[in-house]
Amino acid sequence: MFHRRSFLKRFSALASTLAVTAAVGLQAPQVHAQGKTVKVGVLHSLSGTMAISETVLKDVALMAFDEINAKGGVMGMKIEPVVVDPASNWPLFAEKARQLITQDKVAVVFGCWTSVSRKSVLPVFEELNSLLFYPVQYEGEEISRNVFYTGAAPNQQAIPAVEYLMSKEGGAAKRWVLLGTDYVYPRTTNKILRAFLKSKGVADKDIDEKYTPFGHSDYQTIVANIKKFAAGGKTAVVSTINGDSNVPFYKELGNQGLKATDVPVVAFSVGEEELRGVDTKPLVGHLAAWNYFMSIKSPANTEFTKKWADYAKKKGIAGHKDKPLTNDPMEATYIGIHMWKQAVEKAKSFDVAKVSVAMGGQTFTAPSGITSTMDPKNHHLHKAVFIGEVKADGQFNVVWKTKGPVKAQPWSPYIPGNDKKKDEPALMAEKKK
Amino acid sequence: MRGKNSKITKLVLAGALFACLIGVLRPALALDRAAMEKLALGDGDERLEGIAALVAEGDPRAGAVLGALADGEMQTASKRILIVKGDDATDAVTGEKIAPLPAEREDVMVNNRLRGAVQDALAALKLVSPDRDIRFAAAKELAGGTVAGMLPLVKKALAKERDAEIRELLVHTAASLELKADDIQTRLAAVRTLGLSGSGNAKRLLLSVLESETNDDVRVEAKQSLAQVNDRLAWGERAGLLFAGISLGSILLLAALGLAITYGLMGVINMAHGELIMIGAYATYVVQNLFKAHLPAAFDAYLLCAVPVAFAASALVGMVLERSVIRWLYGRPLETLLATWGISLVLIQAVRTLFGAQNVQVENPAFMSGGVEILANVVLPWSRIVIVLFAGAVLAGVWLLLTRTRLGLFVRGVTQNRAMASCVGVPTARVDTLAFGLGSGIAGLAGCALSQIGNVGPDLGQSYIVDSFMVVVLGGVGQLAGTVYAALGLGFANKLLESWSGAVLAKIVVLVFIIIFIQKRPQGMFALKGRSVET
Repeated sequence: MFHRRSFLKRFSALASTLAVTAAVGLQAPQVHAQGKTVKVGVLHSLSGTMAISETVLKDVALMAFDEINAKGGVMGMKIEPVVVDPASNWPLFAEKARQLITQDKVAVVFGCWTSVSRKSVLPVFEELNSLLFYPVQYEGEEISRNVFYTGAAPNQQAIPAVEYLMSKEGGAAKRWVLLGTDYVYPRTTNKILRAFLKSKGVADKDIDEKYTPFGHSDYQTIVANIKKFAAGGKTAVVSTINGDSNVPFYKELGNQGLKATDVPVVAFSVGEEELRGVDTKPLVGHLAAWNYFMSIKSPANTEFTKKWADYAKKKGIAGHKDKPLTNDPMEATYIGIHMWKQAVEKAKSFDVAKVSVAMGGQTFTAPSGITSTMDPKNHHLHKAVFIGEVKADGQFNVVWKTKGPVKAQPWSPYIPGNDKKKDEPALMAEKKK
Repeated sequence: MRGKNSKITKLVLAGALFACLIGVLRPALALDRAAMEKLALGDGDERLEGIAALVAEGDPRAGAVLGALADGEMQTASKRILIVKGDDATDAVTGEKIAPLPAEREDVMVNNRLRGAVQDALAALKLVSPDRDIRFAAAKELAGGTVAGMLPLVKKALAKERDAEIRELLVHTAASLELKADDIQTRLAAVRTLGLSGSGNAKRLLLSVLESETNDDVRVEAKQSLAQVNDRLAWGERAGLLFAGISLGSILLLAALGLAITYGLMGVINMAHGELIMIGAYATYVVQNLFKAHLPAAFDAYLLCAVPVAFAASALVGMVLERSVIRWLYGRPLETLLATWGISLVLIQAVRTLFGAQNVQVENPAFMSGGVEILANVVLPWSRIVIVLFAGAVLAGVWLLLTRTRLGLFVRGVTQNRAMASCVGVPTARVDTLAFGLGSGIAGLAGCALSQIGNVGPDLGQSYIVDSFMVVVLGGVGQLAGTVYAALGLGFANKLLESWSGAVLAKIVVLVFIIIFIQKRPQGMFALKGRSVET
């Protein structure tokens, strides 16, 4: 017993020294690429409840790397992707992130979908001073100098969607069901939406907030309750359900005959990929708000979807090789990777601080048909907002869009106290002083 | 015959051309060009006006045009409005063929507001159809909520309609449209009629009456009607909740029934039970794919075929497990627990390697989608009804097997006293294997049923293993009846709490309840009397 304990002690001491040396090694000015390659991490769940959404992001990232490598790589160096599977397990995200940064010594990581996974890796990236590109819409309330957010903030997705449903064209909804999976993104988004709805004169009794656990599959009572609530006035449902729970939810909606013309459901985490395999005929007219839809007509999108179709066929990606689909987070991943490449080439270095500075003001012709700009200060993209209705073939029909790109407000004005917060990462702001 | 037809076509074409020429001068002929342009090129309110104008004219072609709009076949090329079907295009106003297709075309955008109006208009046009079923469907569609402007059509149909069921629907629709009439008596009658309905829509309309109505008589009447409607809605909600409880209970029962045999009767703590469910679900998926590939015509029948396949697949895996691992560990619950947990991980990983980590899609056969409306606000999905019946059938089968067959007798004998059973010549080892196979096979059946309502992925079993153990332990180890009561009880408790406190809290409350219950009564609801409980 004594022996074992002393062994454990020694082992943990050894491990912590190793970790410290690794960390110190990283603080050296730059990540050294071995030979003519640079390592880049991909951190997406390839199994578990989030695999339905995240697996394609891994694939689209690999496609973008291939594309860049075919054109000569980044600063003449080929990208060598390191793909890990955090398996929809939030603490594992942090472990895998640490492994990518300290063992594989990647220059940048593209990854995460749920906010809870991002929150779990954030301290790792800040401690080890590495870069994360986060491609999914989220609740805001965060700016980190180590993260670039290529998905939408609430004012680029949630608020325009609710405004649309309030308008005459959107059905002039008076009552609201805020339905979500129980974690940080839906809770915060709904907090913002509740404050926003109140500012528009909606009373508390006309807002019903409901949460279900991750992987929930029995939506009978929820759908029945929506029906009951809808009898009190024109109702719209705002869904922040994430992951594979969406399939049983939409199946139940269809089976119970809740039609979009009566009670429209607008979702923030349901795109072309999530609707694959769901019978969409009963769902026609339900909405989704995104910054990109596969059905958008633009030359950049035609090129993007064709590239993806070819790549999926070549690699035999399950599902996509027969029916290629693209969606918003895929577009955001694609934009992020290309912007990182441009920034590295502008900075002429892989150094985190230098690349971060070079990222500000980068532009890229996004598949959505607009020129996306990285905000010079707040690490978020300027994006156009589209609202689409589900069509019978599982694609979306764009029924509303903003005139041009919208600047992100990561600190939502609808949360008290946010007016005092700076629209740029804290540490960088301090350095400038 | 053909000659005559082509002559007519020519005549029609010439007529259409003529109408078109005149249409430029006098826009009231053929389809109203102004209305069509409003519909296709206007915005918001203009488009609704366009629909109302088209329907008011009563032109039978209006139906075809609106149908094309609803199906997304209407496009515009500069100012021209086309209906495009595949490669054929016709001018929506004049009806003439257009060849070749203009290269620059834009879809006419349809949103929910417009779609609702188009569906209502189409339904209103169908109210005069000679076919009773079409009229019924149309009346039903209209009863769901209507735009003003359909009233004349509804009244016209009502005057001619003889079918009582359709009349009732139409009377309601007319009433909901007359709520804003100028005449107080009409409004009073409308409010009264709505009071006889039990739909959420009637409640919504009556609430809006209470908000905007100025006449006191109408307000009093509306309040009364609202109370009546609320009463009926409450019954619907209760019925819905009852069914939700039964449905969840039946799912829990299916998931736990296999465990009731392997754990309850045989005493094996089988942590791989969830994975046996998962294997059943994947077996269903494989059968579905085979049908899709080889027998697409009989696709709907795949489920019938999947039931025995799922049973066999899981039973086989279970029997192999029993022969190779579990039989060496009888009477050593801790080791069994660890070994079966290890096996569950192996099975998950094996499925992941074989089928991929992502969920696979199991489509419902046509008879399992949609639902049956039992009350105005309660729709019972077919998939869940079928599963409730299926669970009942499986339960009956297991009960018959255990109480009425020789194998059942052996199983019960071995459960009660292994040594004695062995002495009188029961091949206990073989009975163990068969019983374990039976329990596993039932888990496979559960997987087959679950694939119809939930997601099928390698982790499927993990979300059911805890629930299954909960049911068996709560019901009392070794008792089939206990399992049934516990499954239904948990189903109801869960659904009642969920509608009252939300899904997350409901789960917690149920778990806490079970912990307390087991503290007070460790043997579960129903205990086996006798010595076997102590061992």
